[in-house]
Amino acid sequence: MSTVREIFDSMAYGPAPEGHAEALAWIAAHQGRFGHWIGGAFTAPAATFETRNPATGKVLAEVSQGSGEDVAAAVATARAAQGRWARIGGAGRARVLYALARLVQKHARLFAVLETMDNGKPIRESRDIDIPLVARHFYYHAGLAQLLDSEKPGFVPMGVCGAVIPWNFPLLMLAWKVAPALAAGNTVVLKPAEYTPLTALLFAEISREAGLPKGVLNIVTGDGDTGAAVVAHPGVDKIAFTGSTSVGRKIRTATAGSGKALTLELGGKSPYIVFDDADIDSAIEGLVDAIWFNGGQVCCAGSRLLVQEGIAERFHAKLKRRMDGLRMGDPLDKCIDVGAIVDPVQLETIKGLVAGTEGEVYHAACAVPEGCFYPPTLISGLHAASKLMQEEIFGPVLVSTTFRTPGEAVDLANNSRYGLAASIWTENVNLALDMAPKVKAGVVWVNSTNLFDAAAGFGGVRESGFGREGGWEGLMAYLKPAAKVKPLAAPKPVPAPAEAVVEGIDRTAKLYIGGKQARPDGGYSQAIWSAKGKLLGHVGLGNRKDIRNAVEAAHAAKGWGKATGHNKAQILYYIGENLSARAAEFAARIKDQTGKDGSAEVEAAINRLFTYAAWADKYDGQVKQVPMRAVALAMNEPVGVIGALCPDESPLLGLISVMAPAIAMGNACVLVPSEVAPLPATDFYQVLETSDLPAGVVNIVTGSHKELAKPLAGHLDVDALWSFSSARLSGLIEAEAAGNLKRTWVNHGLARDWMGAAGEGRAFLAQATEIKTIWVPYGE
Amino acid sequence: MQTDIRTPTPNLLPQLTHARNPGMVLDLDWVASVQANTSAIERRAATLGGRRSVKKEYQAAWLLKAISLIDLTTLSGDDTPGRVQRLCAKARQPVRAEMLQTLGVPNLTVGAVCVYHDMVETAVRALEGSTIPVAAVSTGFPAGLSPWHLRLAEIGESVKVGAKEIDIVISRRHVLTGNWQALYDEMREMRAACGAAHVKAILATGELQTLRNVARASLVCMMAGADFIKTSTGKEAVNATLPVSLTMIRAIRDYEARTGFKVGYKPAGGISKAKDALLYLALMKDELGHPWLQPELFRFGASSLLGDIERQLEHYLTGHYSAANRHAMG
Repeated sequence: MSTVREIFDSMAYGPAPEGHAEALAWIAAHQGRFGHWIGGAFTAPAATFETRNPATGKVLAEVSQGSGEDVAAAVATARAAQGRWARIGGAGRARVLYALARLVQKHARLFAVLETMDNGKPIRESRDIDIPLVARHFYYHAGLAQLLDSEKPGFVPMGVCGAVIPWNFPLLMLAWKVAPALAAGNTVVLKPAEYTPLTALLFAEISREAGLPKGVLNIVTGDGDTGAAVVAHPGVDKIAFTGSTSVGRKIRTATAGSGKALTLELGGKSPYIVFDDADIDSAIEGLVDAIWFNGGQVCCAGSRLLVQEGIAERFHAKLKRRMDGLRMGDPLDKCIDVGAIVDPVQLETIKGLVAGTEGEVYHAACAVPEGCFYPPTLISGLHAASKLMQEEIFGPVLVSTTFRTPGEAVDLANNSRYGLAASIWTENVNLALDMAPKVKAGVVWVNSTNLFDAAAGFGGVRESGFGREGGWEGLMAYLKPAAKVKPLAAPKPVPAPAEAVVEGIDRTAKLYIGGKQARPDGGYSQAIWSAKGKLLGHVGLGNRKDIRNAVEAAHAAKGWGKATGHNKAQILYYIGENLSARAAEFAARIKDQTGKDGSAEVEAAINRLFTYAAWADKYDGQVKQVPMRAVALAMNEPVGVIGALCPDESPLLGLISVMAPAIAMGNACVLVPSEVAPLPATDFYQVLETSDLPAGVVNIVTGSHKELAKPLAGHLDVDALWSFSSARLSGLIEAEAAGNLKRTWVNHGLARDWMGAAGEGRAFLAQATEIKTIWVPYGE
Repeated sequence: MQTDIRTPTPNLLPQLTHARNPGMVLDLDWVASVQANTSAIERRAATLGGRRSVKKEYQAAWLLKAISLIDLTTLSGDDTPGRVQRLCAKARQPVRAEMLQTLGVPNLTVGAVCVYHDMVETAVRALEGSTIPVAAVSTGFPAGLSPWHLRLAEIGESVKVGAKEIDIVISRRHVLTGNWQALYDEMREMRAACGAAHVKAILATGELQTLRNVARASLVCMMAGADFIKTSTGKEAVNATLPVSLTMIRAIRDYEARTGFKVGYKPAGGISKAKDALLYLALMKDELGHPWLQPELFRFGASSLLGDIERQLEHYLTGHYSAANRHAMG
């Protein structure tokens, strides 16, 4: 031991250990063995496996490997408890959530120490960041529950929610899943990560003191197989998953066609963009919080540094100096910056990814303890083509490259399959606010990084998943409309008559791609007959290449997304005006195709165009009340390119009901019209042609829904796919969508009243937009 | 280029020496390029306390170090020779002798004694035989608005009667109007007037309002040859804060990177708790490194800090919380 005198000279930091006796005592009180938490009590431990402290390698406790039967028991208990939990009402649930928030605060240090021991993250992070955010999340959702009944009439809980969460923020991710689910009146079966089950079990035990009724929250521990059992269980109504993109893709595939609602918060390779006018020292300090927070084991870690070329050399030199000052060590020490890697398996993954990389590898010159530790690392001089610029490392490894101009920074930032978060550092407010909407991400931090709050939505685009957590937008993922829905009856196409009635000059309906009428690539057409046997015309049978062309045309129309709401409204009004001028003709066409008078449908379609013209400049974003000096904008952005299989019934109104919200929100779309009655759609492109709509914003490909669903759903450059088809395609679409994890909105064979309120409104607008949260801390 | 190698204080080993900052030509492009993002700096400052902690013997050693860095100060209108002599006695023996003996630093003293010009002679006499320098606040302290020739003359008078360090105040108006040339010229002349005495430039950061102003003023004063930059007179509404400190020491780091010269830092005003002192030391250690944990490059401008540190040290030695009346007043 050093003497005071020696330390006086060396001015070294000594050990500053946080006590862990209370955490160990809690484990010991359970004899170091835990069962599942089902129906408000622990089951007997069975088929146990060890959970270790990664910093020491020592076994902390044994937890049970959840079997299919365990999951089934938990789901059954959750189901039984759900009705009563919903019926106590929002205000009743608010009191329980408030008590949970208070209990987290009262036991804050125990949670923090246990989290650090199980996960390896520094006690500073669990104590100052994770656990306070957990409490905040329950407080905020107590408020949402209180306001739910008055603010969201007409919505009911989903039912039983299955949650599968990762090891990097064990209790915080529990809060992100459990708080909104409970607030909305659902019950929960949660599977914590195999490496980090302990705080979830402590939380479950403590939840009794909040008056949480038995069975409302159930915890089943185990590995990926247990998670798969939760996902697969038919009694689960909604799955919320946070974890890797590869597992997210499996879950998308596994739940396809099941009717289960799904939100996925997946991986990322988030850009950290530094312009030459940034406060460089602050940007470097930000990197410490971006990539060395939780050892870089953070889905939204700013792991991809893009620095303006002119300052790159100085920036990297300063960064290396800062890295050298980081302190690694015992996560329970109150004086360290970087803790342990969660598990030796993860450590090997990191080592494997860094080994043999191109570029210059710099490891921080800090002391690296023996065991499951990896030093802060910078790999500079990489290019977009480098493997590590694209692949998520999930460790304390920063990769960097340079850019010349803001435009190039955007291109590099978006040159990724992911789209979770981004940081932008500049002292120029014009540049920051220009960049923020252009970067593909669900969250953008200006002159900051890794800011989180329960009020602000968090979630990704592209292969970072879909859905938001936090805010009202997060809560909506745990609610569904109260209205009962009926199965959708498929209208039959009119077969060719024995004797054809052919009148007038032959008319050939084409596909409509990129603002031009196009013949189908395959060269096949189909005759369309009226109910009375009259030949109405032919439509092209589109194929996968027509889909390809239509998607390309839609992307070429990207300027539409930047048009003002006012401008989009004018064009929608103009489409309505031009349709109105030909109302009688369209009504007659609908009558020919369906046998029913079409005038009401045409009127409804015109009205719908006017409705979305009205919405085009009124679907406002929000400014979120985050507890810091910052503006947190929730901005509604277009999804991008939306594909839609339009309803077979209501051939004109159905098509317009999906097209109008999509383009009103700035998307381009590829529409596959009613398969049985496609002619109103092909007539309609003439209306579009005369309405100043830019080429490619709306593309129409006629043909078989079944044929076209697959290339659309599997297309890696389509951002969302909607299906209201009467063909049974929901499962196929959801499964194919797993490729690029595009958002899907499918009918699962259920009908929608296109003439009524269900045919328009906020549900469509929400599907046509992504909420981007832009954090702008301010102050001079 | 002027250099001045300080005589090492014999009771503090090892001593570091460094070349005195000679200043450089005013580089307005550099000044203009300086950025300081307030909210980011505040976040870094706010998390420091959670990131760094020293305990037990380490804490005791760090607190002793803090004592060695204190400019023990009295700057009151009612200062008398008797009051200053009492302060100087405390400077020589900042902690009860038997406590220092037990802790292994029997000859520990504070860094300096800081007084108004009229008390310099009294202080110099009271500190005779010690190595403790006397610092004089000067140049029309605290507002710095007396006639220019008198401000310069005041420096000369204090140096003549034995002040080894001169704490000058800058003209805040030059910063607030962006007149960097005037600030540079003023600082340059004051530095020259100090001669061999070291000059600490008080920025009065509470009156500069923005961190960007603080960063730019820091840089201009260093370019003009300041040996130390110092936050406050202690008389402004807002004195030393961690965000201001972070801004100033980042400027010091950039200045050293560009010129090779180390400039000292002195936060003053409002640092009255041992815990705050530890935080400042951690900030200096992490941002600038070991040389800035020595009196040559770091001082606390404080009057009541010492009392809190004494109590903490007694707690370390006895295990019992201490009382103020057990320690000699300064």
